[in-house]
Amino acid sequence: MRTPFFKSRSILPGFWPAFAFSTLYLGLIVLLPLSAIFLKTATTTWAHFWSVVSSPSVLASYRLSFGAAFLAALVNAVFGFLVAWVLVRYQFPGKRFVDALVDLPFALPTAVAGIALTTLYAENGWIGRLLAPLGIRVAFTPLGVLVALIFIGLPFVVRSVQPVLQDADREIEDAAASLGASRWQTFTRVVFPLVRPALLAGFAMAFARALGEYGSVVFISGNLPMRTEVTPLLIVTRLEQYDYTGATAIALVMLVASFVLLLGINIVQWRTRRFSETS
Amino acid sequence: MRSPLVAALLVSAAMAPAAVKLLNVSYDPTREFYQDFNAAFRRYWKAKTGVDVEINQSHGGSGKQARAVIDGLPADVVTLALAYDIDAIAQRSQLLPGNWQSRLPNNSSPYTSTIVFLVRKGNPKHILDWGDLVRPGISVVTPNPKTSGGARWNYLAAWGYALRRYNHDENQAKDFVTKLYRNVPVLDSGARGATTTFAQRGIGDVLLAWENEAFLAINEIGKDKLELVAPSTSILAEPPVAVVDKVANRHGAAAVAQAYLEYLYSPAGQEIAARNYYRPRLPEVAAKYQTRFPHMALFTVDEVFGGWQKAQKKHFDDGGVFDQIYRAGK
Repeated sequence: MRTPFFKSRSILPGFWPAFAFSTLYLGLIVLLPLSAIFLKTATTTWAHFWSVVSSPSVLASYRLSFGAAFLAALVNAVFGFLVAWVLVRYQFPGKRFVDALVDLPFALPTAVAGIALTTLYAENGWIGRLLAPLGIRVAFTPLGVLVALIFIGLPFVVRSVQPVLQDADREIEDAAASLGASRWQTFTRVVFPLVRPALLAGFAMAFARALGEYGSVVFISGNLPMRTEVTPLLIVTRLEQYDYTGATAIALVMLVASFVLLLGINIVQWRTRRFSETS
Repeated sequence: MRSPLVAALLVSAAMAPAAVKLLNVSYDPTREFYQDFNAAFRRYWKAKTGVDVEINQSHGGSGKQARAVIDGLPADVVTLALAYDIDAIAQRSQLLPGNWQSRLPNNSSPYTSTIVFLVRKGNPKHILDWGDLVRPGISVVTPNPKTSGGARWNYLAAWGYALRRYNHDENQAKDFVTKLYRNVPVLDSGARGATTTFAQRGIGDVLLAWENEAFLAINEIGKDKLELVAPSTSILAEPPVAVVDKVANRHGAAAVAQAYLEYLYSPAGQEIAARNYYRPRLPEVAAKYQTRFPHMALFTVDEVFGGWQKAQKKHFDDGGVFDQIYRAGK
């Protein structure tokens, strides 16, 4: 059977107005500002564009920004899942409180988070003081950037996994157990495939958020050229030199790279969903 | 029918002196100073013309403030950290003429400051001059010159000192400044951030700071914790001021904007500047406060670097000396 290009299976009327409105809305809110970046960048020469986006300090910042954002999202995927699991499956005193705590990184101004983390992890801070004798320095190193990015990314994973876990029928697990599955098998074969799409979505959001993070990172990273400068800082640096096109050039590279990565994650998500639907 | 009434209203409105509004776009460490100064100017202007002036302030990093004005923040006057930033406004937005700096006395800088050292109480590492900053094991806190105007003054002060010490040998100056930045564990994005890192977080042995920021930090954190060290030589920081002609004209505030800046040069304005730890230009006010400000040999950006445009291009633009220092270190 031929599938129509625009499919509207909903029994509710109003597909076209809704579709037109969302397209317009996305266009105004998302595409218009983004196209401004393209247009501004287009006013520069190819040589200038290339010299900006491939200068040594910018290259070093891509490595740090993408690397740390990826690692932070990975850590959050594991521990965010754990937090969501505990919040859904167990009853304990203060659960509401813990649940509210998860959202704090959303609400806190990022600069406050950065200052608080730096105070904790600086060499004379509460945690930094304990780590210093072990030779571990967190503040003003790439590790500090990672810590800040983990902090701001946590709610994304927890909040996308939590509702799926909540809706998951526990009887399926009982069924798996009664059919002879071990606990580990029940988890990997039954529970995990259920939450995998939500986990991937949470991972993607945490990653995207971390990639663009500026406010908290500038405080804890120490901003040392070639070592702890994140890409958003270099965009600000360009602006500080009144080099608007240079700033948009770096922004464009980040934009395209993030878009490709997010698209990749979404494709993986579609694949896994289709896989789980057919199996 | 209604026109006589309207006319009467217009006449009465014209007769009662209308309030004027003024927006002063400034940089971070001038917050306390302009609070005092604005109050004084309001009284002065009211007494002189009978008109109430409402003065609004905007503070932030100098470069960021200049960009905001270029992008349309309606500043009647700008009072920024470097001439380079006001140059950028003149060049990019044409809101004021290119020769703005010659329109007021002293390169349009009514007050000056300089770069000094802030050290821990008792000066445990015995830091007395720039030469001590490159000693191994000394940890120096200064912001990133790419993002902070104040940090650029710090950098140029060190460079100027090295040029003098090594008989104007550029290579040795570069060596000196490279060694200095090897001793920097963190480059905050702004001057206030660096002060926090040093004073509150206790990182580093010495902070390179604006003189007025150093005084404020000592007042706030305590004389028992920090002390000021004046190096033998430093840079004369000349924070410039200018009327943004096109904006002030549009608001009908050109006259009051001009008077506002001129009042900075008056004995009363200079007194307020000195009380807020800016070095006054007026000799009699300077004499009154001479014990407050340590004596140092001060050089200007024009003398040593041939102006901000040249200094910026050579040292801080992409691929400039500052970038080279860090690329070599990799």
